[in-house]
Amino acid sequence: MTAAPDNPIVLDVRAMRVAVRTDHGDGPVLVDDVSLALRRGEVIGLIGESGAGKSTIGLASMGYTRRNCFIVGGQILFAGADLRVMTADQRRALRGLKLAYIAQSAAASFNPAMTLMDQVCEAPVRHGVMGRAEAKAAAVQLFRELDLPNPETIGLRYPHQVSGGQLQRVMAAMAMIGRPEIIVFDEPTTALDVTTQVECLAAFRRLVRVHRAAALYITHDLAVVAQIADRIMVLRRGKTVEVGDARQILQDPQEEYTRRLVRERIAGSTFVARPEGAAPLLAVERVTAHYTGRPNVIDDVSLEVFRGDTVAVVGESGSGKSTLARVVTGLLPRAAGDVRFHGASLPPRLKDRSRDQLRRIQMIYQMPDVALNPQQTLLDVIGRPVSFYFRRSRAEVRARVQELLRQMDLPEHFVDRKTSELSGGQKQRVSIARALAAEPDLIICDEVTSALDQLVGEEILRLLKRLQDELGVAYLFITHDLGTVKRIANKVVVMLRGRTVASGDTASVFAPPYHPYTELLLSSVPEMRPDWLDGVLARRAAITTA
Amino acid sequence: MGKLILQRSILGLLTLLAASALIFIGTEVLPGDLASAILQNQATPENLAKLRLDLGLDKPAILRYVEWLFGALRGDFGHSLANGRDVLEEIVPRFANTMFLAAYAAVVAVPLAVGLGLAAAIRQGGAFDRTVNILTLMTISVPEYFLAYLLIKYVAVELGWFPSLANVSSDTPFFDRLYYAFLPMVTLVLVIVAHMMRMTRASVLAVMASPYIEMAILKGLTKTRIVLRHALPNALAPIISVVALNLAYLIVGVVVVETVFVYPGLGQLMVDEVSKHDVPVVQACGLIFAATFIVLNMVADILSILSNPRLRRLR
Repeated sequence: MTAAPDNPIVLDVRAMRVAVRTDHGDGPVLVDDVSLALRRGEVIGLIGESGAGKSTIGLASMGYTRRNCFIVGGQILFAGADLRVMTADQRRALRGLKLAYIAQSAAASFNPAMTLMDQVCEAPVRHGVMGRAEAKAAAVQLFRELDLPNPETIGLRYPHQVSGGQLQRVMAAMAMIGRPEIIVFDEPTTALDVTTQVECLAAFRRLVRVHRAAALYITHDLAVVAQIADRIMVLRRGKTVEVGDARQILQDPQEEYTRRLVRERIAGSTFVARPEGAAPLLAVERVTAHYTGRPNVIDDVSLEVFRGDTVAVVGESGSGKSTLARVVTGLLPRAAGDVRFHGASLPPRLKDRSRDQLRRIQMIYQMPDVALNPQQTLLDVIGRPVSFYFRRSRAEVRARVQELLRQMDLPEHFVDRKTSELSGGQKQRVSIARALAAEPDLIICDEVTSALDQLVGEEILRLLKRLQDELGVAYLFITHDLGTVKRIANKVVVMLRGRTVASGDTASVFAPPYHPYTELLLSSVPEMRPDWLDGVLARRAAITTA
Repeated sequence: MGKLILQRSILGLLTLLAASALIFIGTEVLPGDLASAILQNQATPENLAKLRLDLGLDKPAILRYVEWLFGALRGDFGHSLANGRDVLEEIVPRFANTMFLAAYAAVVAVPLAVGLGLAAAIRQGGAFDRTVNILTLMTISVPEYFLAYLLIKYVAVELGWFPSLANVSSDTPFFDRLYYAFLPMVTLVLVIVAHMMRMTRASVLAVMASPYIEMAILKGLTKTRIVLRHALPNALAPIISVVALNLAYLIVGVVVVETVFVYPGLGQLMVDEVSKHDVPVVQACGLIFAATFIVLNMVADILSILSNPRLRRLR
């Protein structure tokens, strides 16, 4: 992109180290000897998996660390002055004006009890650089630049009254209003749907270019960073793996770790299932469901799952895909239609189903942290369905749990560990083992990889595929990630506002002629080409003007 | 929002109705004949029969309850059995005294508790935080009559700064009242400050861990502004309900303190009249206490609704 290499350096981080320190002594080092120089008008992408220290670097660049974390070494020079040796008041005077921050979750980062306008105007007014009226005018101007609806009045709303994508853009306005020299973007589109992500990415990039600000753009998605960064820094476990020009990192990575990231993002392996059997295992027939006193969340939805099938249900948040899972499991009784399992109609309510019907449909959740009781051992968690459904003795349960752990590629001696001692990927394996312990015919996977890092998620997909080959289990795979769908599902159901807009074999649904919504979803998935975003925007502009 | 507040108000009225029934049952319907309780050793059969007729005890209980309730709605609580005076006249000056002491204590205690709670939250884990926590825990752990006697012994008797008796009357001037009621007020403040202070501290600290507080820090706001403008408004709901509970205690639970300082309030009146079996006065006191409790909690809930923009915008 277009950052002149001879622009002056605005942020110069030299050999920075950040470590955890508590009352009980020194903890791990989160950022180890990281240096970077950010020039005016330049965007550096910080990329890596969770635990890489990207957010910590972003925050430390503003002289801020989270609870119990401390900058223990190096220099952070902003316009020649070291943020570490300044007084707290000097640092405070820079934040919100010269240094601005955009957080991952806009919904959580706005004060729910203040209007948007009050929060956007707060920094310049409190720092005394703008009067209230001047700040309001500047905010409205930014709302307009960011394509927010009703720029004159949207500021009167409270955070819960606008959508996630809009809130993320309001946060960008809040960051820009002090005319910052450096903006730290901390995974600002990760929590958004793909179609919303495109709009936000375009808005951010325009803003950075127009105002000629420098930025650190933190993300775990190489394709996102490809659209916005001039240079990319790859991080792993707090250390720099590789730094370079964006094109060079994407096309010609030097380090093995970067190569793995790029390779998995571009291709990924395919694990497409091969169904068997003539009669469907699960048949959802024209099902309608709603929560008490509300309009229908899903409306006239049908699908079939055969033994050994992987059927993906895709859609944005609010499309009703998780509700469909709740109807199949009986957590939410259907209002109309039928759900047949092995040819027989399933009772709508969970409590009316037989123990055997319950056993044959299991579920794996999005957040393994929340889905597992942190106080229980793996024996408790995985052994419970074994003793509940098969009434085995204690010794048999233990043996069965160890066997399942082996199948999950987890060490057998983990059987007495508490779930809280495991990593995210290990926890998700335990969730899978818990589901398999019931020896089900169908497993509903609700966004099972979206809370995991790319490479860890990849291993989970591989595991699920292997188990399907060995056991013939069918998956109903709920996800918003089309990249995953293409690689694992043999059938797809695309949902929009509770209705099915397209369904069938993956290859035919994702090949022209598509339903317009399918096309919108497909075209919104970021690709690694740095000019991908330009292409999408140009095509959409052409459609709207045509 | 209007609907929500209306619902809450109706709920409050229903609770009050239920409370009035309980008070009536507690004083009239429960086993033990009222007339013989009043007459005690003068309970000859003729006397008993006459008194029962006078009190209307021959009528069914439900009818007497309805009559009593409608009388109470018009401000007619009947006449005292002890001296024949109108119950309302008996109660009003006492209730005014109780309200005065409660207001006096509240005006000191609420700002003090919220201020200490905020200061402790800002300096979490520091010496100030720990000291305040230990001190307030001490004052709440000691029985209130013991606190009262300690204050009388040291502040009133040895130092002689304030009187140990708070025997005010209706013609005591305002500033003298403040002076006489000082020690009862301090006792009450010491009892209720800990609760409110700890709830303020805990709920502000819970909010201080939110991402929007981190955002406020990264906007370069001052600590004071962050706590007052971003943390406190979002921590208000639990604080309001604890403050309301404590204010209700100030009116309803002050019997012991009033007795120790011989303060002529409603609690002391109720204790006296219970021992005299003066049922109409006891009923009236009970109803006033119940109403105070219910109204304060209702107001607290309505304030919580108003302090939450999500609920405020509901139609």
